[in-house]
Amino acid sequence: MNAVAIIFYLFALSVITGGLFTVIARNPVHSVLWLILSFLSSAGLFILVGAEFVALLLVIVYVGAVAVLFLFVVMMLDVDFAELKAEMAKYMPLALLIGVVLLMQLALAFGVWDTSEGYAERLAAPYVLDVENTQGLGMLLYDRYILLFQLAGLVLLVAMIGAIVLTLRHRKDVKRQDVLAQMYRDPAKALEMKDVKPGQGL
Amino acid sequence: MVEFFTETSIGQVLLILGQSLLLIVPLLVALAFLLLIDRKVWAAVQMRKGPNIVGPFGLLQSFADFLKYIVKEVVVPAGADRSVFFLAPMISFVMAVIAWAVIPFADGWVLADLNVALLYVFAVSSLEVYGVIMGGWASNSKYPFLGSLRSAAQMISYEVSIGLIIVGVIISTGSFNFGQIVAAQDGDFGLFNWYWLPHFPMLFLFLISAMAETNRPPFDLPEAESELVAGYQVEYSSTPFLLFMIGEYVAIVLMCALVSLLFFGGWLSPIPGLPDGVLWMVLKMFFVFFIFAMVKAITPRYRYDQLMRLGWKVFLPLSLAWVVIVSFLAKFEVLGGFWARWTLGV
Repeated sequence: MNAVAIIFYLFALSVITGGLFTVIARNPVHSVLWLILSFLSSAGLFILVGAEFVALLLVIVYVGAVAVLFLFVVMMLDVDFAELKAEMAKYMPLALLIGVVLLMQLALAFGVWDTSEGYAERLAAPYVLDVENTQGLGMLLYDRYILLFQLAGLVLLVAMIGAIVLTLRHRKDVKRQDVLAQMYRDPAKALEMKDVKPGQGL
Repeated sequence: MVEFFTETSIGQVLLILGQSLLLIVPLLVALAFLLLIDRKVWAAVQMRKGPNIVGPFGLLQSFADFLKYIVKEVVVPAGADRSVFFLAPMISFVMAVIAWAVIPFADGWVLADLNVALLYVFAVSSLEVYGVIMGGWASNSKYPFLGSLRSAAQMISYEVSIGLIIVGVIISTGSFNFGQIVAAQDGDFGLFNWYWLPHFPMLFLFLISAMAETNRPPFDLPEAESELVAGYQVEYSSTPFLLFMIGEYVAIVLMCALVSLLFFGGWLSPIPGLPDGVLWMVLKMFFVFFIFAMVKAITPRYRYDQLMRLGWKVFLPLSLAWVVIVSFLAKFEVLGGFWARWTLGV
């Protein structure tokens, strides 16, 4: 067993441990923290297969932004644990059923899995292009599949606008701040200088 | 002897450990004096003397503080989540230090010469927010929690603009590697070849975003003394507090290194003819740190809603527009390829 194999098993073990404790941790904040460990370890696995760009994107997007928002929301929620546990027993059979069905589907898919010609060699030696990962990904996304990429961006834009429209409400009855009006306030109009004589007051 | 360190795996591990120590020890010692300089500059602006008792001119003040933090008692608040409470300062410190693995100090003087080095620094600095959030939550106290929620929003907001500014530099260079970024700034005109000139407006945006990202004044809202006492650090004492503080300052010095690498040509000499070298890099980092210290001394703190408005409504559109502008300037090689340096650096 060489060093790479040892590191692989370390990362794999921590992905699985992280995933497991995400589910069974009692405190939701601990769950999110275990989930983050799981994300980080999968980034490590990506680096081991030589996909350093994808690994760092995973860290930046999922760990650096998405998981922070998870944590943010979970911390602000006031969760009643006793009630949650009572509910859990009620839904357990249904959850188990769904789990078994998903497992069966995966098993079925794996059962009819067929590999193409020369599969073992390609697995041993993946694509060797003479460009860096970053450059290769850029050429694929922005050059060959530019229209599909734009389409995906458009879908995300529509989703974003939809979310904003759904939550946007402009209340007329609250006072709000007009920043530009504040910045362009003229001191000559807003304040008046008075020369106060000592001992007299205004 | 040489074979032992390059051939055997134990030798390689020892070599990497030695190199890491060679980086971390000078970094932390330099940090002790930078802390003192920070306080001295602050004092000088307010016409005070600053620390001047321990050692000549107070030079050993930071070491005295260090001893004091170490020997104090660790207090854990009642109802605190113990494991997360102690994990938070460690994360804060470790994340700040491991980013230095890819920072070069001179041509080839780097622990790990990654080809995605800039992305790595960005990823690690985006993880620093966890120390703050976890510390605030695990303290089981109102002020730290408020401080950590504020900082989560603040650090994420300003990371976006830092990321977009970095994209501009990457477009100009055509690489994430610091060596190539610095090599692309080399030229016949010394300091006029550096990126501060082609990316002039972004230099200031980057400096300001770096201050917000590292919770430096005028953006130190997570630890605003006057309203939140000290934000997420309130419940921490002794060594855990020390780890938070060192982590924060290491992150600040890292930002200084980033500014000098991205905009001031790293180890390149400003005057053509003079030799390049590590001394220039250190001088430039020191100069940027001095700017950070001066800004801390002379600016009042931002209000929180103004901070968020600045991040999302001013910095984000500006840096996003700059990415588009730089792409055009680089693609059409305006001014003889002033923004398109990828042919020079390779």
